[in-house]
Amino acid sequence: MNLTLLPVIGLYLAGSAGYAGFLFLQREVYNRSAYLLLLTGFLLHTLLMGVDYVRAGALPVQNLHETLWFAGWILAGVFLVLWWRLQLKILGVFAAPLITLLAAAAFFVPDTAVSLESDLASLWLVFHVVIIFIGEACLALACCTGILYLIQERNIKGKKHRFFFRRLPSLELLDSSGYTFVAIGFTALTIGLITGFIYAEVEWGRFWSGNPKEIWSAITWLIYAALLHERIVSGRRGRRAAILAIIGFAVMLFTFLGVNFLLEGHHNEFTRW
Amino acid sequence: MNSPGGSPSATPPPAASTPELPEIAVVGINHNSAPVDLRECLAFSDQEGRDTLLALKAYPEIREIMVISTCNRVEVLFTAYDPEKAIRFIKSYIAETKSVPEFRFEEALYTYRGDEAVRHLFRVAASLDSMVMGEPQILGQVKSAYKTAVDTKGTGVILNRMLHKAFSVAKRIRSETGIGDRAVSISYAAVELARKIFGQLENKAVLLVGAGEMAELAVEHLNRSRATGPLYVANRTFSVGVDLANRFDGKAISFEEIGETLKSADIIISSTGAADYVITKSQIRPVMRQRRHRPLFFIDIAVPRDIDPAINRIDNAYVYDIDDLQDVIEENIESRKSESIKAERIIDEAVVRFGQWYESLDAVPTIKDLRGKLSAIADAELKKTLHSMDHLSQEDVKALERMNEAIIKKMLHDPMRFLKNPGLHRDKSLYIDLTRKIFNLEEE
Repeated sequence: MNLTLLPVIGLYLAGSAGYAGFLFLQREVYNRSAYLLLLTGFLLHTLLMGVDYVRAGALPVQNLHETLWFAGWILAGVFLVLWWRLQLKILGVFAAPLITLLAAAAFFVPDTAVSLESDLASLWLVFHVVIIFIGEACLALACCTGILYLIQERNIKGKKHRFFFRRLPSLELLDSSGYTFVAIGFTALTIGLITGFIYAEVEWGRFWSGNPKEIWSAITWLIYAALLHERIVSGRRGRRAAILAIIGFAVMLFTFLGVNFLLEGHHNEFTRW
Repeated sequence: MNSPGGSPSATPPPAASTPELPEIAVVGINHNSAPVDLRECLAFSDQEGRDTLLALKAYPEIREIMVISTCNRVEVLFTAYDPEKAIRFIKSYIAETKSVPEFRFEEALYTYRGDEAVRHLFRVAASLDSMVMGEPQILGQVKSAYKTAVDTKGTGVILNRMLHKAFSVAKRIRSETGIGDRAVSISYAAVELARKIFGQLENKAVLLVGAGEMAELAVEHLNRSRATGPLYVANRTFSVGVDLANRFDGKAISFEEIGETLKSADIIISSTGAADYVITKSQIRPVMRQRRHRPLFFIDIAVPRDIDPAINRIDNAYVYDIDDLQDVIEENIESRKSESIKAERIIDEAVVRFGQWYESLDAVPTIKDLRGKLSAIADAELKKTLHSMDHLSQEDVKALERMNEAIIKKMLHDPMRFLKNPGLHRDKSLYIDLTRKIFNLEEE
């Protein structure tokens, strides 16, 4: 266990606590301090990532420990940036614990050295990994807003006006934010997949080897493509879009972790421990 | 002559026959203490309120006065050296001008004095004493009552300060507790719901089905919430629809056009007397496709209902009927009650702080504060001067200190005499307050 991770995790945890305080007490000061705590955590996290990068001379995503740590970093970064764009304060209540969870999981997963099959110093690959992770972070946030949408829709349709009804924003805001997340996430995912194919072509001489990782990636991509298609062509929004965003994220999680554990294919070193 | 001769000592002069400060008191009735017919009898119109104020102000016992009259309360707030006497006078005045025998309202009348009167006013202004706790109108009513009192020179130092405190306490309670942020009227609850669905209400189109009074109220509420989109009015009697549409800058449509209008309308308020559903589920399904699934919000305030409740099961369509809205309101009233505990604590604090200020209005503490301030200045200056005068002996320094003290005593002599007894029928609190202000003795 690497104790240098603890300050970062502590800051994320404090940020999560701040957001929880905001959820219950609805004071702006909690919201602000939570954001600042997360931001400080993220900056420290960035520093540690930089040190790792320099020491390894390659992107530190060589085993499950590093991958989780990296995913937490990207999610924090994406959340902090998009928070400025969207007036969705409540999102922090869900995003902050998720970030904390990723970082804490990284802490508990042993950091074992792995012999690399891929060349993580290759620029194509670095770009591929970073952009895919950014896309996945956006889609994770889309899943969060999807869940929030379903909760709020249930409150309004079911005529229950308790705790969450008052604290969650309007359906319109949740829906449009979710749409933004999916649009950005899908774009990043697409670019990431293309760079992956290019890397495969360059390294292995073939775009598509038909292994489970590639097949499940394609399925994930198709789900989000369907969501966006419905939205753009017939204006479908609300409940259906929220459910698709949640399903899409579940499939993506499976592609990310499940395939590596249960099925065979490349990318295995990502999650080895 | 009751001054202590030429000696500027601190021995107080023999107390004047009047007590040091006029006492604050309030006498009145409200929705709890009196039934509506009695409140109606005693309520003042604006002009009557003004006349009452002037008449009571002319009574020498009353120093400052203000009259609050709303549909739920009639209250006279005043300061007097002898509140008992003032209250007797107010009662007889009301009985006379309203031609209601005193025994009829005697029982319903409540009186509060001192801190209790302060607390009562703070609670009224903060809407804790309202029939619908947390309703926002009362603050405006108290403000306008205060304005009338100021215009007619009814208030002085004490009531001015007290009212300003009441307003700031009310504001604080509104922002720090949830007492006012939940809808307790049907139309307000509907607007709040619309906000939870649409976010912003700007440019949202409203369709009224039926041009009843309730529909009108709801539109007024929406307008105030900046729903600036187009308004359509569908009414069985077309001419009535036209009237209402004209009043709100809308467009009257016929009943047959409702289906077509649903494509562009976002909020539908229905209040017809029809026995059957005016809008059915099968009608809405194709509409949702045509409007590209943008949300539709139906507010059904008709009994029997106009809108098929099954529409609520369609994605992005929401239906609330009058009972649903009523439930929302009742829930909100419950939660307001729990918020009021926080509000009472804020009021307790404010009453204590106001009490401290009120006490300081007395001549003795003011003179003490003033002397303290002057001594501090003199000491500091003396110290500064002595710093560069090392050649002075201990004796010389003592002499200078004595001189300082003497100057302060002599300077304070006349102000002190004046503050202790500014003269018959003069408002002492006014001068004391002025003194505190000029010398900046407030520590807040």
